[in-house]
Amino acid sequence: MSSSTSATGTAYRGGARAWVRRLVPPALVVLLACLPLLDLRLPGVLPGPTYTPGTLHLLALAMVMAALALSYHLLLGVAGLLSFGHALYFGLGAYLLGIVMSELGLGLLPSVLVVLLVGVAVSLALGAVSLRVTGIPFAMVTLAFAQAGSVLVRRDPGRVTGGEEGLRLPTEQVPDALVGVADTRNLYWLALAALVLAFLLVSWVQGSRAGHVAEAVRENELRVRVLGMRPFLVKLAIFVAASVIAVGMGMVHLLLNSGAVPHIVSAELTISLLLMVVIGGVGSRWGAVAGAVLYVLLNQRLTVLAQAPWVHDLPAPLRIPLSEPLFILGTLFVLVVMFLPGGLAGTVGRLRRRQERADRGEPPGGADRLEDVDDEQQVPAADGARR
Amino acid sequence: MSTVVLLLFTGVGLGAIYFLVASGLSLIYGLMHVLNFAHGVFLSLGAFLGFEVASRLGATTWTGFAASLLVGALAGAVFAALTERLLVQRLYERHIEQVLVTVGLGLAAVALFDGIWGTDPRFISGPAWMGRTTSVLGANVPNDRFVAILVAALVLLGMVLFLQRTRYGMIIRAGVENRAMVTALGIDVRTAFTLVFTIGGVAAGLGGVLASHYFGYVSPLLGQTLLIFAFIVTVIGGLGSLTGAAIASVLVALLQQFANYYLAGTGDLAVVVLLAVVLLTRPSGLMGRRA
Amino acid sequence: MTSASPCEDTRAGASLTAEPVLRVRDLQAHVAGQQVVEHVDLDVAPVGVTALLGRNGVGKTSTIKAILGLVGRSGTVELDGTDLVPLPTHLVVRRGVGYVPEDREVFAGLTVRDNLRLAERRGSTHHYDLVYDLFPELHQRGGQAAGTLSGGQQQMVSLARALLNDNQVLLVDEPTKGLAPRLVAEVSRVLARAAQVAPVLLVEQNLQVVRDLAQHAVVLTDGRSVHHGPAADLLADDELTQRLLGVHADTGDQGRPADPEAPA
Repeated sequence: MSSSTSATGTAYRGGARAWVRRLVPPALVVLLACLPLLDLRLPGVLPGPTYTPGTLHLLALAMVMAALALSYHLLLGVAGLLSFGHALYFGLGAYLLGIVMSELGLGLLPSVLVVLLVGVAVSLALGAVSLRVTGIPFAMVTLAFAQAGSVLVRRDPGRVTGGEEGLRLPTEQVPDALVGVADTRNLYWLALAALVLAFLLVSWVQGSRAGHVAEAVRENELRVRVLGMRPFLVKLAIFVAASVIAVGMGMVHLLLNSGAVPHIVSAELTISLLLMVVIGGVGSRWGAVAGAVLYVLLNQRLTVLAQAPWVHDLPAPLRIPLSEPLFILGTLFVLVVMFLPGGLAGTVGRLRRRQERADRGEPPGGADRLEDVDDEQQVPAADGARR
Repeated sequence: MSTVVLLLFTGVGLGAIYFLVASGLSLIYGLMHVLNFAHGVFLSLGAFLGFEVASRLGATTWTGFAASLLVGALAGAVFAALTERLLVQRLYERHIEQVLVTVGLGLAAVALFDGIWGTDPRFISGPAWMGRTTSVLGANVPNDRFVAILVAALVLLGMVLFLQRTRYGMIIRAGVENRAMVTALGIDVRTAFTLVFTIGGVAAGLGGVLASHYFGYVSPLLGQTLLIFAFIVTVIGGLGSLTGAAIASVLVALLQQFANYYLAGTGDLAVVVLLAVVLLTRPSGLMGRRA
Repeated sequence: MTSASPCEDTRAGASLTAEPVLRVRDLQAHVAGQQVVEHVDLDVAPVGVTALLGRNGVGKTSTIKAILGLVGRSGTVELDGTDLVPLPTHLVVRRGVGYVPEDREVFAGLTVRDNLRLAERRGSTHHYDLVYDLFPELHQRGGQAAGTLSGGQQQMVSLARALLNDNQVLLVDEPTKGLAPRLVAEVSRVLARAAQVAPVLLVEQNLQVVRDLAQHAVVLTDGRSVHHGPAADLLADDELTQRLLGVHADTGDQGRPADPEAPA
């Protein structure tokens, strides 16, 4: 949230409001951190009171997916790279951490370091090959690499991944505080910390020189070349950063779920990330977080709905669509793409700008002006992805 | 020797199915720059509806089999044409959104098929002859391979004739080369867009029916699984090139079969390695023009 | 920005008394989010050749593409009283706008005959007699892939595709670019004949060709039209050509070395 656009936005809007807005994120984090100690109920949204392990687990999962969606935002929203293979790195983190701990007998922290190093190496190598092409071919190539990873995990070479059954967390290498249902709140705090860290990392990368150049490349690659910079290296740097964050989140996911299943390496997982980021709004960090949380909660609610007795009594043309959460999510996604360009963040941004124009006594419906755009609703980014 | 012959026929048969998926993908991409993630859905739908029709008319009769091919092709065509008209065309020239819409459609359709036909594979039976084998140079080749190869060859021939001999074929070939110039000659390319989707749908629908016989089952994920290999085939062959798709289909399938047999089941990995090698040496694919 | 009357120099071009066939006002064009044409006003006279001139990169080709709708545009482009801006490219063309693009843009994989057949415009008669009379070579090479032709022959295909149809106006973008002197003369002769049938808006770097063909001239600088007037007056004014085009009128060419491409 430290980009220059936000600075001009602040000056424009005047002090008090901006201060309130700046305080919202830390306040939100504090509130989230307190949730395991509170007895809040949101019927219809959360499965139970906030201190129960089931609810905490769901919220922790939502936060891990939000962090993963943030890393995907680096690829799609910042560098304009449409990857269909991001799940590879998430799965790499989860599986490799389990394998390193159980096969090498290392403790948790040394294992985490090893996995991060491998993550850097793998993403450097695969990124260097995939980035030889851009646009749609890039999407296909990343998909192919991820598919190879997925096949590898399912084939279970050397009996280390557990094949279709999945891999169990080697609990003997993990501190007791992070094991078991009773300690869900510790895992919840871990997930929250991971999300905050991911947000800061993504903001830092986006605000760095590489982030700015990547955005420039997305807008106009030729111009960047003319300025003597190498788009390839910048894109590779962003690719590696996004992949390493995904590796990290994979490790948190392994701890959270006490294991890993082949689904987390699959193309379907990447596609659900894409859904989250697009529903939230391409180019917006808050959008990615909101999209992920919405997706995870909605998926959970729809799964509950699918098992509801009254749904089972419906005639087939109603029962079948209602009992398939992915059908509803897929349809929702199509509708967002068709009719809600910019996703949630874009829509919120449009509404807010309309409100502000009304506040200033300007007529509604005028052209959206650049100075009205702050970093939570990067319209240029959405345009870039459209190209 | 007989193993090699068997692997050859099995590989070319699988290549035939890849080609039926990849040809449409490649034409669609070449003309419209759209990566169609719903293409596997055309295939699965063709396979399921073909399966339904065949089981009603008698799965083991040739009539049932012929009807399943017809219905599969038709289902693929109609669904593909609707996809193009109702979703893709409305996002004209917005390539990323077009991809996203097909991703969403693929997701929703597979879930719907899960709901209708269940997630478990449905096992398929065909005419008795197709389940038997024919001895070729000492190898017992399953007869469904020959059918797959024959149908794919006919589809290739049909596509080539269409592209070479008809005005719309000409528009498509010209559009793959330079779409802006085609419109600048006063031609509405959108009709050609719907047409390539429809043609792709026909091929994928046929591919679905044949794949269900080749693998012996239908499942909602059949199409999306084959789609990934079809993507690899189109990148290796060169996006937009029909010849490239044909060559790469066979190449990829043969490599996969031989690696699976001789290199301890590493077929899928060998294919990805081939993809990496092609990208490093010829990023535009075997028959691709430099974009 | 929004004035309907062209810039001051227009009044020097008082010869534009007859109603123009194509009237462009406040045309703007965007490519990949960048404005490449800022403000162009121009009239294409109902007869003869109107030249669109300017140094490299001032937006001549973009102006032509914007008239056709091949790039994002705003403003008005009136043909025969109808505004073309809301129309998609294929409908603009079907109203009788012939286009000969820069760099020919023939379909390399299609035969010469198929290139021509593809150009047959709906609702127009197809003047194969005229085309084969102008370019007998195309008749002989009908079955050859256009990509295997020489540059000059490809230019013939490109011109033929436009001349095949009934046109209200022809937009011709640098037809002599990269051609040997003999072929430049040939193209010049063809354009003179084409202009007898339909008025031409011609982008041309070779000032000798402009002198031979054009009656009127419009000059662009940095995406704006800055001069309108009789072509002869412009070319006779050495100071003006030097300032606007960066060349002396008598050197003939706007500082671009001719590409001595061998004819077939």
